[in-house]
Amino acid sequence: MPLIQPIHSTQSLIQLERLCKSYSLQDAHGKTLTTQVLHHIDLTIHQGEFVAIMGHSGSGKSTLMNILGCLDTPTSGSYWLSRRNVAALSSNELAQIRNRNIGFVFQGFNLLKRMTALDNVATPLLYAGVSRSKSRQQALEFLRRTGLGDFAMHQPNQLSGGQQQRVAISRALINHPSLILADEPTGNLDTQTSNDIMQLFEQLNRDQGITIILVTHENDIAAYAKRLIHLKDGRITIDSYPTAASTANR
Amino acid sequence: MNLSAIFGEALRALRQNRLRTGLTMLGMIIGVAAVVLMLSIGQGARTKINETIAAMGSNLLLVVPGAMSSGGFSFGSGSVRTLTINDAHAIAELTSIRATAPVTSGTVQLNYAAKNWSTLITGTTPEYFEVGNWTMESGTAFTEAEVRSAARVVVLGSITAKNLFGDEEPVGKTIRITNRPFLVVGVLMAKGQSLTGRDQDDNVFVPISTSERQITGNQFPGSIRYMLVQGASADEMDIAEIEITQLLRQRHRIPSGKDNDFTVRNLTAIADVATDAAKIMSIVLGAIASVSLLVGGIGIMNIMLVSVTERTREIGIRMAIGANQRAILTQFLLEAMMICIMGGLIGLLIGIGGAWLVSQVADMLIVITLGMIGLAFLFSSAVGIFFGFYPAQKAASLKPVDALRYE
Repeated sequence: MPLIQPIHSTQSLIQLERLCKSYSLQDAHGKTLTTQVLHHIDLTIHQGEFVAIMGHSGSGKSTLMNILGCLDTPTSGSYWLSRRNVAALSSNELAQIRNRNIGFVFQGFNLLKRMTALDNVATPLLYAGVSRSKSRQQALEFLRRTGLGDFAMHQPNQLSGGQQQRVAISRALINHPSLILADEPTGNLDTQTSNDIMQLFEQLNRDQGITIILVTHENDIAAYAKRLIHLKDGRITIDSYPTAASTANR
Repeated sequence: MNLSAIFGEALRALRQNRLRTGLTMLGMIIGVAAVVLMLSIGQGARTKINETIAAMGSNLLLVVPGAMSSGGFSFGSGSVRTLTINDAHAIAELTSIRATAPVTSGTVQLNYAAKNWSTLITGTTPEYFEVGNWTMESGTAFTEAEVRSAARVVVLGSITAKNLFGDEEPVGKTIRITNRPFLVVGVLMAKGQSLTGRDQDDNVFVPISTSERQITGNQFPGSIRYMLVQGASADEMDIAEIEITQLLRQRHRIPSGKDNDFTVRNLTAIADVATDAAKIMSIVLGAIASVSLLVGGIGIMNIMLVSVTERTREIGIRMAIGANQRAILTQFLLEAMMICIMGGLIGLLIGIGGAWLVSQVADMLIVITLGMIGLAFLFSSAVGIFFGFYPAQKAASLKPVDALRYE
């Protein structure tokens, strides 16, 4: 049974309450310096939303993404994912959530080196306990859907940036997650490829109802999203739903 | 993730770094090969000693005449002929004793056709061959009747037989001992060296009566040089020793408070010492070889730690796409174990090959047992688990966010 039950679109998928994150560092004299990166974030995201989180570097957007992706833990406050308190989950349960419910897309693609595109896409299935042959079969299908069927046996370094990101997206999608977290997914890509990738996200959001949370600092990339959240110095400064007109403007 | 999938991932990681895998494995190969070689040499030595002991005969006691002293001047052990054939017969009647064999000896010149050979002659009874665990190569031992009649019959040791007869069959031929004709009735199977390094095959055996009356002569008729006594069972050797002592003191009329005029020695005790020495030698050899296995294990731990650091980002990615701690731990542990087991198997083959080479070159007995192979395999897996666990644990306990951020 999946850890997170499929939920109705009106229900909140993500709920953050007074979420704080701070890092402690020891300086040369052994004094502890605390830097607070996130300040009392309250945020609710519903199933099926397409959210862009914007902000300058150091605004805390990547930290927020890591917490949302169950890769990092908050210092205080609570994080409810599908009505489950993430802080109460074991490391195994978190791994299972990352495996089944969340798909990650990174700026640097983060594909496993010296492994074929096919094996890269199939790996999350292996961790889900699917047999090697079955997972490969399924991975090939996903690669075909993103137009990479012919590149299945290529290794990441034999693929272009756009192709690598498509492999990464296929990998993120393979376990049918309800949430995709994309951290600057177009940061390393040219404009044309960026638009292709964003259209792919838009299509996944529209056709499959997958919730997408995107971190970017480019306005035209953020314009694909339906909801814009601005972070500044660890606080939410703007949370808006741009009109259809402004979307059409781009 | 099931085990076979993790196995595949581990194998892939090892293949990606062939040179490093090979070099790490080399430490394991040398360690296991050394252990196998040393154990097989040690085992060979033990087997050799055990064979020698078995050839000597079991539950043996040696009774030798005591020292005689005259005017404060000791003549040493055996300087007085206090033991007699009758003593031997009397001892044989004891319940704790299975058989006795009285022995006289001397050196004689043998002739057959144009050949002649000088060797040790042993005068004894048929029991000697039984007690000393001798087997006949051909013919038979002389009989009790031949002892009684002091017949001119002789049993040859294998080396003596070879020196006199070459390829000819000795049984039925007549040789001359100090110019008297003797009929060869049997030839003994070769026994090799004794524990003390004496050649046991260069000698001839005649009935004790014949020896005394016709060859060596005897200053004190009926006296013997020593006797071999075989106890009825291994458990009663101490009792046998006491009974012999009591009987001989009684027969020799030694008043209490006076020293024995004979000595009883337990040969089994000597054999035990030799066995213990061989055992200690194999343990020492094995321990020295184990050090190289330990060094190989530390090499594996070192490389695995480097590998974990190098692949921190990979670990982060795997965690992000759903690997739990157990999957990461298992993967790195399996990598270490595969290096060890593969290295162990190759080392085993090289060790066996080396042992064979040693047996050929150094003409040593080398014994490789299934237990040793199992031990080498078990040991190398254990090294893999022991030295692979810490790096694997380190990999598994990384925080996903830290691992992903690692440059």
